[in-house]
Amino acid sequence: MTAWSEVEYTAVRELRGPLAVVAGVSGVGWDEFVRITLDSGERRYGVVLEVDRDTAVVQVLEDTSGMDPARLRVSFAGEPLRVPVGTGWLGRTCNGRGEPVDGGPPVFGEASAPVGGTPINPVRREPPADPVLTGVGVIDALTTLVRGQKLPVFSVAGLPHLELALQIAAQSTVGGAAFSVVFAGMGLTHADASFVRDALEERAAAAELVLLLNTADDPVIERILTPRIALTVAEHLAFARGHHVLVVMTDMTAYAEALREVSAARGEVPARRAYPGYLYSDLASLYERCGRIRGRSGSVTVLPVLTMPAGDITHPVPDLTGYITEGQIVLSRQPHALGVYPPVDALSSLSRLMRKGAGPGRTRPDHLDVAAQTLAALSRARQVRELSDLVGQGALSPTDRRYLDFDQAFWRRFVAQPRDEARPLDRTLDAVWQVLLTLPRSELALLPTALLDGHGARETPAGGEREGAEE
Amino acid sequence: MVGMTATAAERPGHPEGPARPCRILRVAGPLVEVEYVGGTAMYDLVSLGQAGLPGEVVAIGGDVVTVQSYEYTGGLAPGDTARPMGAPLSAALGPALLGGVFDGLLRPLSGGGEWLRPGSVRPATPERTWSFVPEVSEGGRIGEGGVVGEIRDGGPVRSRVLVPPGVGGVVERVAAAGAYRQDEVVAVVGGAEVRIGASWPVRRPRPVRERGGEREALGTGQRVIDLLFPVARGSTVAVPGGFGTGKTMLLQQIAKWCDADVIVYIGCGERGNEMADVIAELAALEDPRTGGRLADRTVTIANTSNMPMMAREASVYTGATVAEYFRDMGLDVVVIADSTSRWAEALREFASRTGALPAEEGYPAGLASAIAAFYERAGAVVTLGGERGSVTMIGAVSPPGGDLTEPVTAHTERFVRSVWSLDRDLAYARHYPALSWSGSFSRDAAVLAERRAAAGDAAWADRRARLAAVLAEADRLADLVDLVGVTALPDPERVGVLAGRLVREGVLRQSALSANDAYCGPGKAAALADAVLATVDRCRELVASGVPAATVEAVDFGPVLRAREEVGPHDTEGVGARRQAMLDRLGEPR
Repeated sequence: MTAWSEVEYTAVRELRGPLAVVAGVSGVGWDEFVRITLDSGERRYGVVLEVDRDTAVVQVLEDTSGMDPARLRVSFAGEPLRVPVGTGWLGRTCNGRGEPVDGGPPVFGEASAPVGGTPINPVRREPPADPVLTGVGVIDALTTLVRGQKLPVFSVAGLPHLELALQIAAQSTVGGAAFSVVFAGMGLTHADASFVRDALEERAAAAELVLLLNTADDPVIERILTPRIALTVAEHLAFARGHHVLVVMTDMTAYAEALREVSAARGEVPARRAYPGYLYSDLASLYERCGRIRGRSGSVTVLPVLTMPAGDITHPVPDLTGYITEGQIVLSRQPHALGVYPPVDALSSLSRLMRKGAGPGRTRPDHLDVAAQTLAALSRARQVRELSDLVGQGALSPTDRRYLDFDQAFWRRFVAQPRDEARPLDRTLDAVWQVLLTLPRSELALLPTALLDGHGARETPAGGEREGAEE
Repeated sequence: MVGMTATAAERPGHPEGPARPCRILRVAGPLVEVEYVGGTAMYDLVSLGQAGLPGEVVAIGGDVVTVQSYEYTGGLAPGDTARPMGAPLSAALGPALLGGVFDGLLRPLSGGGEWLRPGSVRPATPERTWSFVPEVSEGGRIGEGGVVGEIRDGGPVRSRVLVPPGVGGVVERVAAAGAYRQDEVVAVVGGAEVRIGASWPVRRPRPVRERGGEREALGTGQRVIDLLFPVARGSTVAVPGGFGTGKTMLLQQIAKWCDADVIVYIGCGERGNEMADVIAELAALEDPRTGGRLADRTVTIANTSNMPMMAREASVYTGATVAEYFRDMGLDVVVIADSTSRWAEALREFASRTGALPAEEGYPAGLASAIAAFYERAGAVVTLGGERGSVTMIGAVSPPGGDLTEPVTAHTERFVRSVWSLDRDLAYARHYPALSWSGSFSRDAAVLAERRAAAGDAAWADRRARLAAVLAEADRLADLVDLVGVTALPDPERVGVLAGRLVREGVLRQSALSANDAYCGPGKAAALADAVLATVDRCRELVASGVPAATVEAVDFGPVLRAREEVGPHDTEGVGARRQAMLDRLGEPR
């Protein structure tokens, strides 16, 4: 599908890290795709990073190890890298460059598209308005994922973010409409890669999944390509085929490190923590590919997963991601230590588009009120907990003690959920109600009277005064 | 081509006009080097390659001209042709700007397709015509900036045709009243043609007769701003805030409700969905002052974070030029730039590609002067035509990691008159707008207080001082409460804590989603503040007379706390009634 030029260049002047400098070229354009043939017949690929008169600087995706500058043949495609797009990707498992690793034939498509993508015209965008139901209670109820949104998962090493990402990828639905998942794994260990394959087996068998796996021992630079291929395939499924597509990208920190490596090899001026100054724009060129287009039925929803090095939310990768994305789902060590899965820190998490994607006509009429009341109560419960650590439970007022019960119930009876349970939204919201009703009615001021009456809210809840205290 | 409406005669650039084509030597992303063939001046436009991608000359050294491309340069190769255009980047100005959505070079996005492929957005002269009514007659004399005529069907904004700067003299010819396209000549003044629309090089501030003068407050409809950190027309404001602090939400509220004549909203390197949302909301909302759509007084420049980076660099200048154009008609204009940090990043990105010596955090050494020059385009002025107009600039700053000492935030704070600092803790507590009263300042406050006193509203400064005092006391006590709990405080201090809560929840907090509360008129804002302060006074009196603080704390303060949501944006009486109800509930001191 890429029409390679007949001309092959052999004058490779320099090899350094992932870069190859080719001399004597003519008519080679910036950002062109490159094929490098080694003496052994092995083929590697790259991208033109810079072209200065007759010299081209090429970033080699598979790295330059084993390359001898005197024994290379380089040809240029005359255009940026394109990949085939179409429904042929569904059900397939490929490496980070899009080559099948499932024993099947190469992926063919009805068309091809440049992996770099093209910005969506902002005036043609349709604001996101409908939910993706993940079946994960705490996310559906309090940080609803909306079709066309970009919502990252912020985690730290050792937390089950991969499990959560897989659970979301495996069980998300959009209420009966055509739905597909594109899963891009970057820098995964082999154990994780096979864990991913197993967890998503059903979705793959149902031809609803595209799996791109770049493992930790795969070339680092290849990771720069993996999310781009995933998004290119997703855009076609969404906007040409009308699917609602969820793109899960994990781990974006590994991606950013690959970017930093190339930047360092090029001798660019480093910005924060030696990441390149264009990290924001580069991440935006990925995340901004989500959305909806007016007059088209599909959507691309992006769920990047990233681990915050040393748990630092001000690290450039989570920080710049937070500036681009529409909210964040934050995982935290505290609930994890208590054995709660998924360990989502609901107070630090936020879905900015939730107001548009949940509530009457979208999820359930009481959804937004219930979510607001739950977060307000959680915030109060956190203050009470801090106070009780200082002054002891005995010094708390009776109302404050009820907040401690509420906190217990919230984690044990609502957030905690088996890894294979797809909880329907009704059951999720009913569970939140049960938790809220551990508080006296006078503390539920954000809920309309009619709703409180309907759920039998009372000043003294039936569930027992000190329930949960013995845990 | 690209907004290239300036002819060689209108500009100060190279006198010989377009130069002959030359060859491209080097391409590295947006950086393109072409050979110098003469006839190229700094900041001239260059058309690159077959597709004619627009670029701008940023350096000329020896026989090499450095060009920054405003579009994706994929496929551009050394040896391809470049064409210097012999004119700087200019904005095509005219009545068609109002209600439109444009890219960073002021090309209409509504004319583009679903995907912005390089070269797909073209400058277009709008086909529609405008109803022009002349205000001068042939043979009369008119100076630069004078009014040639008025546009009658340009929507709620009073749009005019002015004599361009540098032109003046006898009106040799003027068109009859009628319908004309934006590019049609409607008058000849002193030998120069005057069209419905105009063109101006974006990097050059439009001249004015005089700067300064009377300073009026700009009403934003946001209580925390209007009561505590007011902004004057023609002033400059920076809004620093980490992600999730509601920066964009606050700026959108101001774009919707502030009492300016024209809003220029620059979405600079921000989210696509957010831009779509702003565009849809402005089109749906009614302007309370004119009855028209809010969109009709707004010029939107949308350069989302995935659109070509260098157009971000141009977009803030394009926006400033549009604002100055309307200012020169005697209008009050507000420029909202979200976010200036993304603009600074574009400067850094390009500087690093040219190999410029980096200063702080990789930013070029010229960053501070570039920021200063941008904010200097704000101001209250007397226009060339002798009218009053103003450009107010409000720029969001996105400090990485919330670090307010980073270069863009630190330099911006030096050059602006006000800072509305957004606080992450307030945002996490869902206190919106999350404007920190301890971290913000307004250098306009003193002047505006004097103006109000002179206009008969001496209470304004007093009210501001009292609110600030309550907040400062509550902040000081909050540190104590965290340590020992509120019950350990003496009763008068407990009322101080309560007072802080009442001011925060009853006055400063404002819901952007509530029909009654999204916009707050000046009368209601003052009444709410007075109601809460009166309530606080009564609580203090009660405690001083021996009522236990716990009893006062247990009172339901609903009437004053819910007033902001329960009564309409101008309903001063409604607030007054709730104030009375609250005072009655508290009762008189014994």
